[in-house]
Amino acid sequence: MTEKGNILLVGVGGQGIILASKILSKGLLDAGYDVKMSEVHGMAQRGGSVTTQVRYGEKVYSPIIGKGQADIIVAFEKMEAMRWIDYLKPNGKLVINDYEIPSVPILVGKDEYPKDIIKELEHKLDVIKLKAAEVAKEIGNIKTQNIVMLGCLVEALGLNEIDWEQKIKELVKGKYVDINIKAFNKGKQLAR
Amino acid sequence: MKELLTGNEAVARGAYEAGVTVASAYPGTPSTEILENVAKYKEIYSEWAPNEKVALEVSIGASIAGARSLAAMKHVGVNVAADPLFTVAYTGVNGGLVLVTADDPGMHSSQNEQDNRNYAKFAKIPMLEPSDSQEAKEFTKIAYKISEEFDVPILLRLTTRICHSKGIVELEDREQVEIKEYVKNIPKYVATPANGRKLHVKLEEKLKKLEEFSNNTSLNKVEWYDKKIGIITSSVSYQYAKEVFGDNASYLKLGFTYPLPKEKIKKFANEVEKLYVIEELDPYLETEIKAMGIEVIGKELIPRVGELNPDIIAKTLLGENKEVIEKNEEKVVGRPPTMCAGCPHRGLFYELSKKKNVVVTGDIGCYTLGSAPPLEAMDTCICMGASISAGHGFSKAAQVNGRETKVFSVIGDSTFFHSGITGLIDIVYNKGNAATIILDNRITGMTGHQHNPGTGYTLMGEVTNEIDIVKICEAIGVKHIEVINPLNLKETKAAIDKAMEVDEPMVIITKWPCVLKKSPNEEIEEYGLADRKICEVDQDKCKKCKMCLKVGCPAISFDSEKGAIIDDTMCVGCDVCLQVCPFDAIVKVGE
Repeated sequence: MTEKGNILLVGVGGQGIILASKILSKGLLDAGYDVKMSEVHGMAQRGGSVTTQVRYGEKVYSPIIGKGQADIIVAFEKMEAMRWIDYLKPNGKLVINDYEIPSVPILVGKDEYPKDIIKELEHKLDVIKLKAAEVAKEIGNIKTQNIVMLGCLVEALGLNEIDWEQKIKELVKGKYVDINIKAFNKGKQLAR
Repeated sequence: MKELLTGNEAVARGAYEAGVTVASAYPGTPSTEILENVAKYKEIYSEWAPNEKVALEVSIGASIAGARSLAAMKHVGVNVAADPLFTVAYTGVNGGLVLVTADDPGMHSSQNEQDNRNYAKFAKIPMLEPSDSQEAKEFTKIAYKISEEFDVPILLRLTTRICHSKGIVELEDREQVEIKEYVKNIPKYVATPANGRKLHVKLEEKLKKLEEFSNNTSLNKVEWYDKKIGIITSSVSYQYAKEVFGDNASYLKLGFTYPLPKEKIKKFANEVEKLYVIEELDPYLETEIKAMGIEVIGKELIPRVGELNPDIIAKTLLGENKEVIEKNEEKVVGRPPTMCAGCPHRGLFYELSKKKNVVVTGDIGCYTLGSAPPLEAMDTCICMGASISAGHGFSKAAQVNGRETKVFSVIGDSTFFHSGITGLIDIVYNKGNAATIILDNRITGMTGHQHNPGTGYTLMGEVTNEIDIVKICEAIGVKHIEVINPLNLKETKAAIDKAMEVDEPMVIITKWPCVLKKSPNEEIEEYGLADRKICEVDQDKCKKCKMCLKVGCPAISFDSEKGAIIDDTMCVGCDVCLQVCPFDAIVKVGE
């Protein structure tokens, strides 16, 4: 069992990050850890960046993770990985979704979506990359890409002693349980 | 039972366990979820008030009646509620009364980052500051006991990190609290000058007793470790300090921060070699401690601007810099919030942005995003309700000084009920000519869809009287009123053009539901929301003129080879871009 950990999930409003971190923190809580989770929303529903920070251990004080302190960053969107990369420990892991959501300055033509983000990050550190949106589409619902990412995270951190399928059953609406469990297991596979 | 709760959920739970029976609030980030969660407890009557002043007054009335009551608001909401606040400190309570202020250091979603701890001292009301979710629940319960024991209202001060962070909370049962008897007591509850003078003297006596309480309560506790460094701290700053210093410092953790425990502070200061005060925003604790003649290190190192975090503490007090992976700033483009695809505000701001010689005074809500590129159709935004009154002032100044500027004030439906009505009365009464545009999207949008007097539903989910904005405007005496569909640009332009000509008060109401709203069936039918078809670009017709980009819709992007592209997962078929395209290149899918 990992003794403590700092997990940072980053992405864009609407990608399902909040649900993924709810499942994550419930699992950690039921495993007996002290858990703190911090989310920044507010204006996020209007297309802004979304981050949630989950910290677990025997005793957790600060609800937020400092720079250079995250054991793992799970980036639901490529550019968000770069935006938050200085929060990762120099030997930390990065799970990155090869998926672009252009922001308004890019849409209106003031800026271009940055090229070769993953390439540059791979050069610096250990990266697990995947195309979660495509995987989710194959499974049958693009909205499950958050759970694909969650599966990836759980595998990368080795948090295998927790019954995650049970947590999904507790927190996902009935008719979506099966597809989300499928997404979760697919994500786990991809991180191996 | 243990549960992971946010601070806001924990306060709601605390109110429930404390036997609260009346709660009133106006939504505002980061406070909104307090009442949303209180509303889940059917034992508590809960409501959205039209503004924070009303919310606090409702709670005061309930307290005088003998019930434990709660009012919740964001930091700037307390400014609105300040008037009753300062006087209820004098009158005191009958049933326990707690006012929750949710401050927003770092301004995640606010127009300023005022430190409402100052209100406790200014208004002379005792203050509690929890540092995590468990304390948020416990302190809420203790607050009611203190309130009733000392006959005072209590300020429970949270910050965004407390409100929106989850932590483990131990749940307990609800305490059955009988409503207290109401006994008519004119000298206590009627704050005339004669009564007020006596009440002020009583309040000062209460504050002396409360200082004694502050010195003795375990809400203010000492944690002894290494005595080389002593840290005085409160709220989430305590958690950050523990994170950084761990067992290498001793702590005086303050949970009851007004009146301050001066004796406890002196004792603690005497026993440590070096004393730090770690607090977010203003030097609230530091100023008081320094005034006691105690030497401390605080704001000369720790910034008084923005949100605090463990990094800042480690850097400023210990000179520590964590090793980080370098971020390539060139590969990060900003992601400012923007109006959603299909937002009913877009068409209005697009038309306003084309007008010359107009000034648009704005307000607080999603529509403040009308100030962002590419629309940039807003000149001011001060506080809730200021659009109309500041617009009137701007217009009068222009008029008196012979300048020809037409002023449009834009304000949301919820904000109009909050504090826009009085501004409109001012315009009519004082013969102004500023035009008022009420953006009625049938819900309180920015805070995440709370009902308001115009939506026809209460917080507790009951169908209720829907306040008619048109009739209000008529009753105030506005002669020119136009209700338009803001997604129809011709209609929108015509209304704005008319307002340009009219030299009298005019109100335009743009009526269309928020695109994110889960509309009830009758609304879906009324606005034809179910059978809207989305838009696509006919690539052969697209001349790459980029006109469609000027509406700033997040569903439209541009490719130098293909031209404009509409994201079919985001488009809802509002048709604003379709009306803007000069070459008819944007069409409805399947038509």
